[in-house]
Amino acid sequence: MPSRIIVGFRDGESDPLGSSLEKTIRNFLGINAESVRTRRVYTIYADLGREEIESLEKDLFVDPVTECSVRDIDGRFDWLIEVEYKPGVTNPVGKTAAEAVSRMVNKEIDIEGGVSTSLQYLISGIGRGEAQAIAARLLSNQVIENARVLGREEIGADGIPILQQDMGMEHRPEVKAVDLAVSDEKLMEISRNGVLALSLAEMKVIQKYSQYGSVIKERESIGMDSQFLGKLTDVELEVVAQTQSEHCKHKIFNGIVNYAEQNGVVEVIDGLFGTCIKAPARELMGRYKWIISAFDDNAGIVDVGGGIVVADKIETHNAPSALDPYGGAITGILGVNRDILGAGIGARPMFNVFGYCFGDPFHSKALMGGVLHPARIRNGVHRGVIDGGNQSGIALMDGFEVFDERFGFRPLVYCGTIGTMPKTVNARQSDLKKAMPGDLAVMVGGRIGKDGIHGATFSSAELNKDSPVQAVQIGDSITQKKMLDFLIEARDRGLYSSITDNGAGGLSSSIGEMAKDTNGCIIDLKKAPLKYRGLMPWEIIVSESQERMTVAVDPSKIGEFTELAGLRGVEATALGRFTDSGRFHAMYGDMTVAYLDMDFMHKGFPRMELVARWKEVAREEPRFLQPDDLGSVLECMLARLNICSKEYKMRQYDHEVKGLSIVKPFVGKQADVSSDATVALLGYARKDGLVVSHGINPHYSDIDTYWMAASVIDEAIRRAIATGCKLPDEDNIMYALDNFCWNLSSLDSDDGHFKMAQLVRANKALAEYCRAFKVPCISGKDSMKNVWRGEETIDGKTVEKTISIPPTLLFSVRARIEDVSKAVTMDVKNDGDAVYVLGETYDELGASEYFAYVGEKAAEKMVGNNVPKVDAVKAIKTYSALSAAIEKGLVSSAHTPTLGGLGVAMAQSAFAGGYGIEADLRKVPYLGERRDDYILFSQSNSRFIVTVPSTKCSEFEGMMDGTAYARIGTVTRSTRLKVTGLGGTVVIDSDIQALKESWKGTLEGM
Amino acid sequence: MADKRPRVLVPTGYGLNCEEETAYGYRLAGADADIVHINDVISSPKMLEDYHILALIGGFADGDHIASGKVHANRLKYRLGGAIEEFIENGKLVIGVCNGFQTMVKYGLLPAIDNRYRTETVTLTYNDSGKFEDRWVHLLANSDSKCVWTRNVGAISLPVRHGEGKLRAGSGDVMETIVEEKLDALHYINPHTQEIAKESDYPYNPNGSAMSIAGLCDPTGRVFGMMPHWEAYLSPYNHPLWQRLRAAGKLPEQGLGLKIGMNGVEYAREKLL
Repeated sequence: MPSRIIVGFRDGESDPLGSSLEKTIRNFLGINAESVRTRRVYTIYADLGREEIESLEKDLFVDPVTECSVRDIDGRFDWLIEVEYKPGVTNPVGKTAAEAVSRMVNKEIDIEGGVSTSLQYLISGIGRGEAQAIAARLLSNQVIENARVLGREEIGADGIPILQQDMGMEHRPEVKAVDLAVSDEKLMEISRNGVLALSLAEMKVIQKYSQYGSVIKERESIGMDSQFLGKLTDVELEVVAQTQSEHCKHKIFNGIVNYAEQNGVVEVIDGLFGTCIKAPARELMGRYKWIISAFDDNAGIVDVGGGIVVADKIETHNAPSALDPYGGAITGILGVNRDILGAGIGARPMFNVFGYCFGDPFHSKALMGGVLHPARIRNGVHRGVIDGGNQSGIALMDGFEVFDERFGFRPLVYCGTIGTMPKTVNARQSDLKKAMPGDLAVMVGGRIGKDGIHGATFSSAELNKDSPVQAVQIGDSITQKKMLDFLIEARDRGLYSSITDNGAGGLSSSIGEMAKDTNGCIIDLKKAPLKYRGLMPWEIIVSESQERMTVAVDPSKIGEFTELAGLRGVEATALGRFTDSGRFHAMYGDMTVAYLDMDFMHKGFPRMELVARWKEVAREEPRFLQPDDLGSVLECMLARLNICSKEYKMRQYDHEVKGLSIVKPFVGKQADVSSDATVALLGYARKDGLVVSHGINPHYSDIDTYWMAASVIDEAIRRAIATGCKLPDEDNIMYALDNFCWNLSSLDSDDGHFKMAQLVRANKALAEYCRAFKVPCISGKDSMKNVWRGEETIDGKTVEKTISIPPTLLFSVRARIEDVSKAVTMDVKNDGDAVYVLGETYDELGASEYFAYVGEKAAEKMVGNNVPKVDAVKAIKTYSALSAAIEKGLVSSAHTPTLGGLGVAMAQSAFAGGYGIEADLRKVPYLGERRDDYILFSQSNSRFIVTVPSTKCSEFEGMMDGTAYARIGTVTRSTRLKVTGLGGTVVIDSDIQALKESWKGTLEGM
Repeated sequence: MADKRPRVLVPTGYGLNCEEETAYGYRLAGADADIVHINDVISSPKMLEDYHILALIGGFADGDHIASGKVHANRLKYRLGGAIEEFIENGKLVIGVCNGFQTMVKYGLLPAIDNRYRTETVTLTYNDSGKFEDRWVHLLANSDSKCVWTRNVGAISLPVRHGEGKLRAGSGDVMETIVEEKLDALHYINPHTQEIAKESDYPYNPNGSAMSIAGLCDPTGRVFGMMPHWEAYLSPYNHPLWQRLRAAGKLPEQGLGLKIGMNGVEYAREKLL
């Protein structure tokens, strides 16, 4: 008989979760509940006596000070909503509870599902319909959870019934033969029905392989069941599909592109990745000895000196986050942590970064079928990365949010991690690893379940309302943290020879990739530890259940390895060994279920051929008069979603664990204004640090992805420079990571050709500006199919609707700063300091926040044409001069104007520092239509606002000689931002506190 | 004797995560610190005899599942078989920071009124804000307290990083005794008044703690727990306003958090070596 233990707060104790939920219900659903209280429920699937239950309550589940154990029926409420995970969904709390209960009652309790947990919400003062709406729209996600809504009178004295917890599956592993000697149509049907995401060309390659006489003969000779001769097993087809997935193989980035310019000039590009990303990096690698590894491993690796190397990687987890924001996001951050652990012989994750692109959290129109409200996606994603990062003890260094309604359907969730490891481990170079023939293939960490099956192939397809729920996974930070600590210990004791992550594609990818070292492997899927019965062999091999790594262990060390794992509470299972057979060989017990030629798997497929056609779109140039009250325009600009403070969420990320944080995400007198970039020490007892920054602006893609890419590259570098590092050279480290999120759906249409051309142009800019700034990319990732397809009902008619995200490049920069005490922040520091603008301003307002603001007021979309450009030669001069001035200690503050231009940037620097600024727009180096609003809000690149103590101005100006700059004003003791316009009159005279409140207000409490 | 270094045990594992900076902090403070997996301590509790300070660190032991620190407290309580109480009886020092503090109150190590070291009488529960937060707070050490760790610390800024830091005392006169015996060694203060913050004075009291208590000691003064992280302020450049402090000529040589670690190490050097 299972038992339920229900834990509630004592009368009179506050219930912060309940109280904040009450607010959310009001703000989000417009429902006024009288009260909302919460309770935790633990259901234990074991025979326990009354005494045992009481001791569990007393000693484990109930806090003696604030809580008590109750029955379902206890307390005053109208509605009880109980939300619990569906069977089979990872439940980390249940796992911890099962271990603790098992120890206390001295009985065997299954750690997977032996204890299930749920939350009860007790709500008064609303009707059934409202309770149901709250359950469905706020408290539960039907993809992973069940919600029960019960009126008080529906609950008996025995409480509410316990849900059947068993997965109810008999364990009858089955392997099916797939006949590929069929028509093209049938081949595509096999691909579609299996969520294999394989094209016809690819299916035909596989078809041909299955028919080869030599293949059939060899299969027969190793005793493969006759039904699998001339066919493939479902296991094999799945393995091939994973290996060939866009997610794993980056087929579009590696394809051959036929690109035509607007003027008809045609160019054949031999792979965008090779020519535009890797080639510039390779050229720089020849010069910069500090780059150790770029685009080879799970992460890029850089030598930062002092015996330490840094491993760096940014991933996206977009599709899963759209379906289950919390689960998708936490697996995103934990997944990229594992990329770092899988870099070289294993680096320790030290710092995380995030970046999200969401729809409007204030969205008030109806939602399309299957789409979650943007605020819900946002809350869930933040919570996932907060839990994943905080619980893993990894400090957050940088995070941003971008809003655009197109992201409401397909959010972008970037998760990145920076790790460190000693340059040599056990007298070997730590970036090198290699499995040897005979090494055991050992899976370490969590068990395998159905979660995350087809994640890789699914993310390589478009999202639609019927997307598979199995693609959802939930992360378990603590299982991963235990594994991580154990593996670092094992690394230092030299217990394994190679390591990689189990991410997309599960074992098929991790073992398949490592098997390339030795050219083969043989594993037994029956040995894999499972979460529950009922998994088919193909599911075991492609499951993306989280928190797993695969390592290669020399047989002489397996005893010590598994013993240490046991001591650390970590599961480690040898599944087989690496061989030099040239074959990927998987068994299930004594039956061969996969036997594939390694060359066929990794090299047997043709490259994609893609067509790209660029067409410039001429838009009407927005025409409007300059608003009268630029002060109130500035307030509105500061309050805009893309500009406003994100402090409420940002504070919930631990940004200081490990004690290395120097320039935090918050700076200024009150430590509450976002910094341009952050700085952390590279180790204890070191003086040098790592500067972390990013650049992103998908809105510029509405005009031209070339300048979008150029702008974000400039932005990321500029933020880093403003904080006090230098442009790279042989000695100075600055590197980058590129993350492309694109919107390709059908590649064979005009729309597809245009979007490909957008991709080509962004890549051309990347190549151009990485070469110009001499900044190498060392790692990158692409997510190509960020398109949502669904239906919309207009006037009773259902129409198909496709929504594509704007093409988005996230460019992230890291740099080494030699002495962290020389770092500079964006807040003004002293009254009397001179205010300078460095760099030139043009009337570049295309796709700017200002045009968007004016357009929204006029209820029309204003984009314009004049997108900001980048002149790298001029920019480099400015950046080098500013770096030198910062190094000499001449600069009190430096800030990079981005969205909202000089106006927003001056306001931020002023209110962050608690002083006013007096500035004169007539002095700003400016070329363009002479309007105050254009000068204030133009988003031209390569600019800074810098303040310099008056005693140091002449030296500073001497150093800036030869660059475009001007002294435009002074920091003042009065707390006003006072701006003189081109006409010589004051056009803005605003209280900085009021400006700060506008900037802080929009997302306060959200 | 002055060159002798006390020994600090820093147990880790199960999601704890402040071991590196804690060990570094004690080394800076003049001690030797060993990071040891808690399972290794459990398999040989006698190793505690080799140490003078037991440092229970921050992190998310067992993911804070069920209640923060609870499962870990049970692990220490039932699997170390009273070795920690013995450690305390032997005149040694125990400190818990953040998750370590949560673990200590759930175990009963604090406030341990009448030396009852196994009974939970106060708890650290969900912040009034309902969420985890990372922010620097202003603190003032209770100069009347017997607490070894907060001696001469005075006013200090440190970061808090927790979601369950609201101190609540159980029924009876637990709170009165805490105040009477001056076990309330550390308080959140309002920086404008320099006085102890009101309970509702968010964010100065970041979590709604009763009497704005940020740290608590036992009647011996050797056993201490605090929510803020002293080990996150070891470098003067950890302070969020270091540039302003430097301009004002007030940047300290070392991070001020170190004072707390040094107090423990000094005491151990004087009394235990």
